[in-house]
Amino acid sequence: MFPRPIQQSGKGAQWLYTIALPIALLLWLFPLLGVALTSLRPASDLAQGNYFGMPSGIAWENYVFIFTETPIGQYMVNSLWVTIPTVIGAVSLSLMTGFALAVYGFRANILVFFMFVAGNFVPFQILMVPVRDMTLQLGMYDTWYGLALFHIAFQTGFCTLFMRNFIKALPYELIEAARVEGVSEWRIFWYIVLPLMRPAIAALSVLVFTFIWNDFFWATVLTQGVDSQPITAGLSSLNGQWIAQWHLVSAGSILAALPPVAMFFLMQKHFIAGLTLGAVK
Amino acid sequence: MVHKKTGALALVAALLLSTSAFAQDKRVVTWNADYDPIPLAAAEALIADFEAANPEIDVQLTNFDHEAYKNAIRNFLTADPPDLANWYAANRMRPFVEAGLFADISDVWAANGLTEALAASVPSSTIDGKQYAIPYTYYQWGIYYNRDAYAAAGVEVPGPEGVNWETFLANCEKFKAASIDCVTTGSSALWPVAGVFDYVSLRTNGYQFHSDLAAGKVSWTSPEARAVFENLGKLQPYVTENHAAIDWQDAAAIFVQGKAANYVMGNFAVGVFKEGGMTNDNLGFMVFPEITPGLDRAEEAPTDTIHLTSGAKNPDDAKTFLAYMAGAEAQSKWNAAVGQLPTNKNATVDPADPFLTAGFEALSTSTGGIAQFWDRDADAEYAKAGMEGFQQFLVQPEELEAILERLEQTRLRLFPQ
Amino acid sequence: MANASDTVTAAPVRRAAGRWNQRTLAPWLFLAPGLFMFGVYVLWPIIQSITLSFYDWNGLYNQDGEFTGTFVGTRNYSELMTDPAFETSLWNNLKWLVLYMAALPIGLFIAIFLNQTVRGMRLYKSLFFFPFVISQVVVGLIFAWFYAPNFGLFYLLTESLTGKGTAILADPDLVTYGIIAAGLWPQIAYVMILYLTGLNNVAPDQIEAARLDGAKGWRMLWYVVLPQLRPATFIAVIVTVIGALRSFDLVSIMTNGGPFGSSRVLSYYMFEMALGEFGFRMGYGAAIAVVLFAIMMIFISGFIWKMWRDETQR
Repeated sequence: MFPRPIQQSGKGAQWLYTIALPIALLLWLFPLLGVALTSLRPASDLAQGNYFGMPSGIAWENYVFIFTETPIGQYMVNSLWVTIPTVIGAVSLSLMTGFALAVYGFRANILVFFMFVAGNFVPFQILMVPVRDMTLQLGMYDTWYGLALFHIAFQTGFCTLFMRNFIKALPYELIEAARVEGVSEWRIFWYIVLPLMRPAIAALSVLVFTFIWNDFFWATVLTQGVDSQPITAGLSSLNGQWIAQWHLVSAGSILAALPPVAMFFLMQKHFIAGLTLGAVK
Repeated sequence: MVHKKTGALALVAALLLSTSAFAQDKRVVTWNADYDPIPLAAAEALIADFEAANPEIDVQLTNFDHEAYKNAIRNFLTADPPDLANWYAANRMRPFVEAGLFADISDVWAANGLTEALAASVPSSTIDGKQYAIPYTYYQWGIYYNRDAYAAAGVEVPGPEGVNWETFLANCEKFKAASIDCVTTGSSALWPVAGVFDYVSLRTNGYQFHSDLAAGKVSWTSPEARAVFENLGKLQPYVTENHAAIDWQDAAAIFVQGKAANYVMGNFAVGVFKEGGMTNDNLGFMVFPEITPGLDRAEEAPTDTIHLTSGAKNPDDAKTFLAYMAGAEAQSKWNAAVGQLPTNKNATVDPADPFLTAGFEALSTSTGGIAQFWDRDADAEYAKAGMEGFQQFLVQPEELEAILERLEQTRLRLFPQ
Repeated sequence: MANASDTVTAAPVRRAAGRWNQRTLAPWLFLAPGLFMFGVYVLWPIIQSITLSFYDWNGLYNQDGEFTGTFVGTRNYSELMTDPAFETSLWNNLKWLVLYMAALPIGLFIAIFLNQTVRGMRLYKSLFFFPFVISQVVVGLIFAWFYAPNFGLFYLLTESLTGKGTAILADPDLVTYGIIAAGLWPQIAYVMILYLTGLNNVAPDQIEAARLDGAKGWRMLWYVVLPQLRPATFIAVIVTVIGALRSFDLVSIMTNGGPFGSSRVLSYYMFEMALGEFGFRMGYGAAIAVVLFAIMMIFISGFIWKMWRDETQR
């Protein structure tokens, strides 16, 4: 193990480590803690210049205010409308593409695979104008499904890379055996491979959920109003109205961050498994 | 990139429209607008008046979020045009006029004697000799000042007619001694600095030169343009530091708290100042100081407009409504509700509002001309380059030569000589 | 195809033909939906953008729905050559690329710091990873608050140290570094988690062997641990490069490219030119996007080349 386990060091070093750990964490999360604190600060504190001192009280009303007086609830719902279909769509599509690329040795295999991988790294800007124009022409501009369709297509690249590598690592004999039995390809996919994919599906679902929830660029390009804008774009436009009202900006930020954070803590193992794919081999 | 769905959409839209028209037995005029709540209520009141006078016409207003509208108009003008659409005068409407999306309404102007009633707005509504807009409101820019800050620094409070440049700069020196920002602004969104630049330019060289500068007709390295920056440079040390990182509302807070004495702003800011706790007792308005003696005083007053779209399905009734919006009665009513100024010279202004009366006075006595504001007078790309240059000069005045050279290059590229 | 003939030799001839057909067709049927979506939303738009970069178009269609752009050849590109804003963006992109690489050593350092088995370590690791999970919009707002003139913590800190507060987002020379620092925060967290996973998989016997040879500290890290972390480092470099080149969100939230365009990067400048309030120059925007695409292609090719080597070596 590297570094040497702290238990093997002297008492002093162990002490030092136990103290250093929480301090380092505090410093690391300092900006976030500041914002969390500000989100509970009464507006009067900020008006009097009390930005960092003891708050004069805990102002849950900041959260009540943004829920009742701003469309932030609607923005969060919009985000779900974009995020959940994207997760389902991208995972389903990539299960099939991943299966095709992992199991069949056809000639264009590696080419198709690399195309998905490369597409995944493309800068968004090269897609922006045509995708926006196409979405407009199809009458899907400023709708949750216009945004979700794009996300499904784009995420399929990353998800295919993941699924294909995952299926490659499954024992190929299972598929061979089924073929000898005369099981059709579709049934192999459905009854043999799919049940083994649960961990991969879980990992990808949390990852894609987080990516899409946090997307700001496409939300700005493909939606514009309260009716369809996801929380990231909504928060940005609310920020334009809340100038100098940092208690509201903070509360909105905390709310926007909550769902992916909850998702991360609930599905931590899967999340990290998905993210670190390829980091060890 | 060709329309496929548009036909189907238009058909559905037409079906919907025709059924509703049939049901009410009225001719429908559709109007897309970008109003905040107060102007929206005022517009709905006008529609009610209009429909009472024209019972056979039904005006249907679709309201958009103000910022989203700038994007939306580009889509709906081709995909699903309403009969009427809100927009802005001068260069801001040019792309739509040139793409053939706004219709020529010179006939409305001629039939209703508007060239006379809206005389001040003729240039900003006209492209190539034809009128494409009905201007129905504008608001003055000028200097809002905090009387408390003047008192705190022991500076004599000016009247609405303002002071001259030397006095203004001398006052700034006194404010500086009292640790008060003489002039504040928040230029994070760029446009607030254009207000300052425009006024210094209008006062240094007059309306014609400023207008030519915005149109790309004169060089940034000309002695006149340099004179503008020289005067701007005299103001620069007294402008709130770090203005580039804050928004105009942040600067408004500084102003309201008395940490700044003067704010070069548009009249829409009065609402924000008053929300912050100022009253007619400590908030004052004056015209921007005279710099070059003897110049005809020009003012800055951005105009909002309504346009007939080329895809309008009911242009005849839409024109009736446009004529109504151009009239003195409608304009008096809408502007009184919103707190802005009517463009029709026969309209009236609420005498109880000191800022409106001061603005009306300033604009109606200005003999130099009415500028629209930098980002409406200048072509979009040119406007942006200019505003970045103004902002940079107010942060790094020592970079003047580089700024002028860059602006001049942009000008030569956009307006080949 | 070798597998196919092996498995079907025993089956009757007619059935074998059917199987063969099924297995030639099957991958394409499985690929069809994904390929179709990817083609429509990713491949085709790339071609369209490249085409559009040779046009001058303000994004409008005329009343009949016809495209109103005009072909201008390479004029958009020659204009880029002399555009100072483009030059600024390019330089800033370079700063992003170089400084973003700091995420690697810092991330590794934190990973080593956290690679212990004491009580509550799992929670510590999760909390350190936290910044990566939250949206860049939120990160941008957090740092904008941190840097705010007059009351921001950073401003107050510099004020107490030097007597004069630094409003980092108003300073044309510092603004880009301020935004990069904000971007590094989640990026370091990402790199850290990659290295933590990597460290978990470092072969313990090799470490012990090196320890017996007297290797310690830096030498151990450099000669024994780092070579084993190579896959993690490779992924970390890739995601950091991509992160640096995609730096749109933070610039948009924190400064809108200001003051006077000093914090622009290519991704933001492209958006500004194509969809910004004073933009709607779709062709020019497309040309910027093509340049960004070309830069990214250098890294993509490297990645694909490495993958291809790994694939064919198996």
